[in-house]
Amino acid sequence: MSESITRDDVAHVARLARLALTDDELDTFTGQLAAVLDHARDVEALDLADVAPTAHPLALGTVLRPDVVGPTLDRDEVLACAPQAEGGRFRVPAILGEAP
Amino acid sequence: MSITSSDPARRPEGAGSAATVVYSTVDSDEIHTVTAGGTTYELVCGLEVHAELATATKMFSGAPNHFGDAPNTNIDPVTLGLPGTLPVVNEKAVELAIRFGLAVGAEIRRSVFARKNYFYPDMPKDFQISQYDLPIVSEGTIELPGGHVVGLERAHLEEDTGKSAHVHRPRPAAPGAVASGDADPSRRGDGRITGADHSLVDYNRAGVPLLEIVSRPHVRSPEQARQYVSELRSILVAAGVSDGKMEEGSLRVDANVSVRPVGSDGLGTRCEVKNLNSLRSLGRAIEHEARRQADILAAGGAIEQQTRHWNEATGRTSTMRSKEEADDYRYFPEPDLLPIDPDPAWIAEIGAALPPMPAARRAALAAATGVTLPDETVALLVERDQDAQATAAVSAGADPARVLVHVSQNLSGEGGSDVAPERIAALVGLETSGALTATQAKTVLAEMVTSDAAPADIATARGFEAMDTGALEAMIDEVITGHEDEWEQFRTGDDKARGKLTGFFVGQVMRASKGQADGKAVTALLRSRASL
Amino acid sequence: MSESFISAREIAAGVRSGEWTARQLVDEHLAAIAAGDGEIHAFLHVDVEGARAAADAVDAQVAAGEDPGPLAGVPVALKDNLTTRGVPTTCSSRILEGWRPPYDATVVARLAAAGAVAVGKTNLDEFAMGSSTENSAFGPTRNPHDTTRVPGGSSGGSAAAVAAGFAPVSLGSDTGGSIRQPAALCGVVGLKPTYGRVSRYGLIAFASSLDQVGPFARTVSDAALVLEVIGGHDPMDATSTTEDQPDYGAHLDDGVDGLRVGVITEMLEMEGVASEVVAQVRAAAEALAGAGAKVTEVSVPAVTYGLSAYYLIAPAEASSNLARFDGVRYGLRVDAPTTHEMMVATRTQGFGAEVKRRIMLGTYALSAGYYDAFYGQAQRVRTLITRDLAAAYEEVDVLLSPTSPTTAFALGDKTGDPLTMYLNDVCTIPSNLSGDPAISVPYGTGSDGLPIGVQVMATALAEVDLFRTARVLEGARP
Repeated sequence: MSESITRDDVAHVARLARLALTDDELDTFTGQLAAVLDHARDVEALDLADVAPTAHPLALGTVLRPDVVGPTLDRDEVLACAPQAEGGRFRVPAILGEAP
Repeated sequence: MSITSSDPARRPEGAGSAATVVYSTVDSDEIHTVTAGGTTYELVCGLEVHAELATATKMFSGAPNHFGDAPNTNIDPVTLGLPGTLPVVNEKAVELAIRFGLAVGAEIRRSVFARKNYFYPDMPKDFQISQYDLPIVSEGTIELPGGHVVGLERAHLEEDTGKSAHVHRPRPAAPGAVASGDADPSRRGDGRITGADHSLVDYNRAGVPLLEIVSRPHVRSPEQARQYVSELRSILVAAGVSDGKMEEGSLRVDANVSVRPVGSDGLGTRCEVKNLNSLRSLGRAIEHEARRQADILAAGGAIEQQTRHWNEATGRTSTMRSKEEADDYRYFPEPDLLPIDPDPAWIAEIGAALPPMPAARRAALAAATGVTLPDETVALLVERDQDAQATAAVSAGADPARVLVHVSQNLSGEGGSDVAPERIAALVGLETSGALTATQAKTVLAEMVTSDAAPADIATARGFEAMDTGALEAMIDEVITGHEDEWEQFRTGDDKARGKLTGFFVGQVMRASKGQADGKAVTALLRSRASL
Repeated sequence: MSESFISAREIAAGVRSGEWTARQLVDEHLAAIAAGDGEIHAFLHVDVEGARAAADAVDAQVAAGEDPGPLAGVPVALKDNLTTRGVPTTCSSRILEGWRPPYDATVVARLAAAGAVAVGKTNLDEFAMGSSTENSAFGPTRNPHDTTRVPGGSSGGSAAAVAAGFAPVSLGSDTGGSIRQPAALCGVVGLKPTYGRVSRYGLIAFASSLDQVGPFARTVSDAALVLEVIGGHDPMDATSTTEDQPDYGAHLDDGVDGLRVGVITEMLEMEGVASEVVAQVRAAAEALAGAGAKVTEVSVPAVTYGLSAYYLIAPAEASSNLARFDGVRYGLRVDAPTTHEMMVATRTQGFGAEVKRRIMLGTYALSAGYYDAFYGQAQRVRTLITRDLAAAYEEVDVLLSPTSPTTAFALGDKTGDPLTMYLNDVCTIPSNLSGDPAISVPYGTGSDGLPIGVQVMATALAEVDLFRTARVLEGARP
């Protein structure tokens, strides 16, 4: 049985999810998430080691698409909806750090 | 994505098997060692290769998979991860993964796509669809031309990311000057991320199908690493899986490097070295990284597991800028995709259509030519895709040794691989019968690349006619008469002196015959004149 | 509400026969929206120009002797989490403000191809997360039966639009009850089809393994007609079934003689289910028995774990699905010096509290060390529920239960406590977890005079059984 979710846990998941929380929000969310997770303890307590997880409600078998080129988007239409664009590309502020 | 036995044992589906590390037996002189502070350390290295697959479209949509086009033109709603879009697996990508697996003797398994969650602007959905605990290809081997075998842990399908160009603010010009406009931002974008003012993202590459091929830590020297990548590339190209172009980023290599004291069988802490853009970089980076780690250990330090960036200009690796938080990719099965469970009949069909792989081709060429493996010429011809040409020439009756020499040395240029084996055989026939000298044969062969004429006709046109023995003897006698002193030394000197003078006399005869004399015949006649 | 509204079938028949024009019907509905939606707020965007142009095109087809299709000239309202090319699509979120998708959802394209006319985009709980439509960034929708009450959610706008007569049919999406619960609260028919029956391409994902698009209608017959148009295999959705659709219309009046109906014991006893709702479910069961059905009570024990499993699975998938809203490619961007800070600022300002709550819950459920305890365990519970339901379907053809524990509650009543709000979905969640189809059909009213809905569930791909059962209940309405 897992420990109850802490304020630090909430701060950590907020960082992972790219959300900034005020101290008040942290308190509120911690309480609310704890209530939902407490409700989920009935599920957590079940012994289901022998039960396979269901990832898809419908078993369809292997689904593949033929390697055939389809339509592409009009770049101008797409970039018109972008917050910022430059030279045919999406412009973003400075990136700190390489991709993992 | 890097899979290691130290990853948290979170298994979204199926039983996770702890990776068992098995080492191949390697001759000790092939193991790269570094000595520091009186201790000798040996290299242990595994390689992760990302190969872009040779499909017409992307991994999960019909947008074109094509290199070098104008930015953001090979995009569709799925490529951009627009809200509401869904991935659908490209059949060809699966076929190519299976082809690769069969080419390296691996097992093709039921596989499951998972989401790897992390935020990065070049990743349209802010998660990457990849295969995690259940990859499509599992356990194979790659035999290097030198005979060393590297085990493959797995190969899995995933999608590539877009590309960011980092734009640096132009340095202030002379006072009063106006900042230049945005003429061509791509030109201003250089590779450096550090200190950039802003970045520009192109999603053409996003969604391109990748096969990530993860080796066991069986690579024990920088040379083996180069050989491994080179052999892997040959396999990928031979099987039609990838175009293998490192310069276009179709093949990208990361090296997991660690060292351990010679004689220990534990595994040292590894560092993952990235940005290895050529075989040369790969070898240098591994060598440097092994030295760096040995120095740290010798000084009593500990290796920190981290990702390091190779800088080709400075010849050093450096730690990549630290991330905002520790990696927690929150893998879970991709709910929009069903497991891939290829029909055995389909796998068999793909296997049946698979052309022979480089190792088998080397064996076939060696058998056809009577050469013992490993052999550099044989490896070279397979790498250059000229093994079939050579084998056919031998089958047509030509002397194998001469065929190997001619194809490897004299048909390496443009058009060389197009010379019909029968014509090569005809040429070698002229040479072995004594009708042409080796030098003449080479000249004729060079002309055969651009001419369809029969080798014999080319030789005749060039006036190449083997001299009859009588004429050659007369010519040799003339040369001997003109060089009494040298002849005396040749006759009476030791082997070393005679060796030198053989060259001298053959040269003189060649000059006198205007290159038409056969060097071997001249040598034989010289020896018989000297009663040796 | 008035039963005199014209049905989709009647509209299409009249348009096809030339009795009236699509333009006339569409203008009448646009006028109703203009007159009534100020109070109801079912719509976030009414596409007057687009609707008129589409209606004119349908009329031109009729004039040219062509058949515009089974939904000729039928006005439809679309939940604003379905992409519509060139028409704003917001998911009721600030983070998508101003976005005009460059493509149509498959269901949107299929409706248009069948002659339907999209009149506008309807309000929802932000990213479909909620049960009252109060989580919309653009203000709540009100229940047409009593404007101090919620319409239910998350597809509250689509339910209210049909109940108010703004459109005869509409589309919603159902992840844990988001079509059936508002249908019950607004007194209309709402169908969640079998997972995979209807393409999700163009449905902005909340929880991918649970989401399903479905119709709202005032009649069972219209719901069947819309499903016939939007359902069927779509190569753009790898989870879409390749099974052909039966002719739903042909079986509408098959009746329930001999049909085995099971009332789920556990759902009558669940936390918070009002006795007047239970009474209507029992009355509905009697009505079916009176029409020849064999009614029994059956136990499906695992359904009691549905809510817990759902509130781990859905947020987990949502946390990943909603990562893409990062200010880089579309929608809102809040400026900041670095991309990292920009993403944080954008998401912090762009998402409402409920969305943040679920993203964090899901991130937690997937994060290192908790995967097995939460997400993994919830997926196993899902197997249990599916198994228990499958066992029940060995005994009976359809299952009967309440849709919503209560009638429509007052605005603001449950916004303070997320868990209380989540309990609204207790009866609807199991069929999302199993992927089976379920329909809510109005049956009776509560002491407050507000509609009560009865839920009919069936095994995968057995929508025909839902329609014939619902049709009998529709005719037997007290």
